[in-house]
Amino acid sequence: MNLELSDEQAFLREAARGVLSRFATVTAARAALEDPDALPDLWPAACQAGWPGLLVDEDRGGAGLGAFDAMLVMGEAGRVLAGVGLLGHLPASELLQRAADARVAHVADGELRASYVAARPPGDVTTGWTVEAPAGPLRAAAPVLGDDGLLRGRACWVPDAPGAGLLVAVATREDDGSPVAVAIDAETAGVAVQRVMRYDATRALGHVTFDGAAGTPLDGDDANGPAGAWYLAQALLAAESLGCADTALQTSVAYAKERFTFGRAIGSYQAVKHNLVEVLRLRENAYSLLVYAGWAYEDGHDEFPLAASAARAAAGQALDLASRTMISVHGGSGATWEHDAPLFFRRAQLSRRLLGGLGDATDRVAGELLRAA
Amino acid sequence: MDLNDTPEQARYRAGVRAWIDEHAADAPAAEGRDEQHAIAARRAWQGRLAAAGLAGVTWPLQYGGQGLGAAEQVIVDQEIARAGVPGILDVIGVGMLGPTIIAHGSEEQKSRLLGPMLHGDEVWCQLFSEPAAGSDLAAVQARATLLTDGGWRLSGQKVWTTNAHFASFGMLLARTDPDVPKHHGLTMFVVPMDAEGVTVRPLRQLTGDPEFNEVFFDDVVLAADAVCGPVGGGWGTAMTTLMYERMTIALGSESMGYRAERFARAIAADEHARRDPEVRRRLGEVAVALLAVRFSGLRTLSGLQQGQIPGPESGLSKITTVRGAIDAGDLMADVLGPEALEAASEWTRMISYLPGLKSAGGTEEILRNTIGERVLGLPPEPRLDKGIAFSQLRAAERAAATR
Repeated sequence: MNLELSDEQAFLREAARGVLSRFATVTAARAALEDPDALPDLWPAACQAGWPGLLVDEDRGGAGLGAFDAMLVMGEAGRVLAGVGLLGHLPASELLQRAADARVAHVADGELRASYVAARPPGDVTTGWTVEAPAGPLRAAAPVLGDDGLLRGRACWVPDAPGAGLLVAVATREDDGSPVAVAIDAETAGVAVQRVMRYDATRALGHVTFDGAAGTPLDGDDANGPAGAWYLAQALLAAESLGCADTALQTSVAYAKERFTFGRAIGSYQAVKHNLVEVLRLRENAYSLLVYAGWAYEDGHDEFPLAASAARAAAGQALDLASRTMISVHGGSGATWEHDAPLFFRRAQLSRRLLGGLGDATDRVAGELLRAA
Repeated sequence: MDLNDTPEQARYRAGVRAWIDEHAADAPAAEGRDEQHAIAARRAWQGRLAAAGLAGVTWPLQYGGQGLGAAEQVIVDQEIARAGVPGILDVIGVGMLGPTIIAHGSEEQKSRLLGPMLHGDEVWCQLFSEPAAGSDLAAVQARATLLTDGGWRLSGQKVWTTNAHFASFGMLLARTDPDVPKHHGLTMFVVPMDAEGVTVRPLRQLTGDPEFNEVFFDDVVLAADAVCGPVGGGWGTAMTTLMYERMTIALGSESMGYRAERFARAIAADEHARRDPEVRRRLGEVAVALLAVRFSGLRTLSGLQQGQIPGPESGLSKITTVRGAIDAGDLMADVLGPEALEAASEWTRMISYLPGLKSAGGTEEILRNTIGERVLGLPPEPRLDKGIAFSQLRAAERAAATR
């Protein structure tokens, strides 16, 4: 047994940190709230680093790495609030690869940026595949691939959809309701991607509408593809959230050591110290579950849905508390526009509600265990 | 990212499994109503396990152990749990006090004490905590004074002592020099529990069971060779014990039975509860916490295999375990109603056990202080007890209280 990072993994993480350090991403996250063009385009750097092909086999031009490696890169992006585009791209690349689609080589080298248009698999007591609705807690039915071969339907709040060249949407077939991933050129007639920004300017989101769009069904021999992509996205978002939480905790701890009130460093007060330890506790729990998810994915284990959902829930909890604690530890200045803490808070608030939200992830943990009981 | 056994570990596991399968029929029940009989049976079973090399797995060969690593110990624990047979009775002795003797004891102590400990012939107890020295262990007041013949006279009270009522020996932390700061004047002793002046009284808990004892020492005379480790160096000796305690807890927290699957099974049996969104959310949160504990334990084990020693951060898993189990108990009782609190219910004992467990091995609050200071590097709170002789501390505390 060995759960330590391999030398290659440590190198991948350090390299990612190095690449992202060349961009002032946190400063840009603030500026972009008022001027969306202030965000740096990180895609060329991502391509140079080989991230678009992380999960693609080497003989198809990728790096042939696993989910945990991708999670390490996502964690580094999360640390500095970098919007790299991998949350949408990597699950899409996985679906293309499973189906041996010819476009996977272009997706692997990043020449073609892809976006995964997610649909949630049915749970243990729910039926049907669903997508995010424009507003409210209700979910909408996933897009439908008609008997005429055309895709119809709408999915909202899709990460990294704006500007993607290829959409890989999970839909259900009109005849039998079975799930199928469909690859569609974003320029195809009948496809519309409406860019939306909500609260966190680093996150590119889109409402995607298919109105009789022609695409390629990805008929791999792997029936688990559409569900696997959902859980992969959960694990990636978990890793990114944990990276954000790490920065929030480290910044808070550093400040608690140097800020003095009543003649003492504020970190010496139990009230402050215990809050920070609580963040650390949730952080460690989330990291352990990321390790679980990484292992389960690599082993092709049927526990991956449980592990990825648990990691998502735990990392979301950790980021929630870390971002709120970052504000409170910094006192009044923690809530000012100039401070970084609100940027991490914005990230936490939006992340918590994407891709089914923390509520769905937590429910799925229960559902997977109840199903197995 | 590898959770699988190496080929050597797989061979080791197969051997362990074969032995347990062959002898499982002889194993005693894990719990018995007649305590004396049950303890005798568990001691005999420990002897069988020790003879087969399944106790003291990480102890050096020369002291009767197997000289193997934490991974092999965990394999043994896993196989014992899988077979549903009890493990060794004296976890405190073999897991924590034996390694302390191996690290700090004299050669005479090692050759006299370790063998009978390992085989369950002499059970041990840990005499550290006192009514006024729990989380603040260095505040112990049990007093040992040097006699002219080199022996010691011991007086004081210990509490929360597991197994004291059938232990042959106890490892006791006493103050031998009150005129130096409190961490410096301590010494560790090996105390025969049948010595004159030792009184053991069971301490009945919220559960209704006497899970611990309080132990009184009235002018107990100890020989010079009862000292374990250096005189005045008892704090360092105690730290060794507590490091092994952390390791035992970090690697074995699931053996307490707080597994996510157990609670899921109970909920799944209720068709209404399993569909209730609120029940599912609470079950999901409990499961997230307890699954995290499982993989935190594996991370600790993996680190041990790479030669790392678990630090205070492993205490976070204890906090998570207790909180997750408390939430699980609340959930079960909310789902089942008052019936969950029936005396014989499996949930009643768990619900009653957990409030005390929160403070076991140090209160959660002090654990958070320790982790904040040692892991996050946060500054300590101002303290009165630094750099002041223990004998002056009471006066300083009183002065602060009336200021």
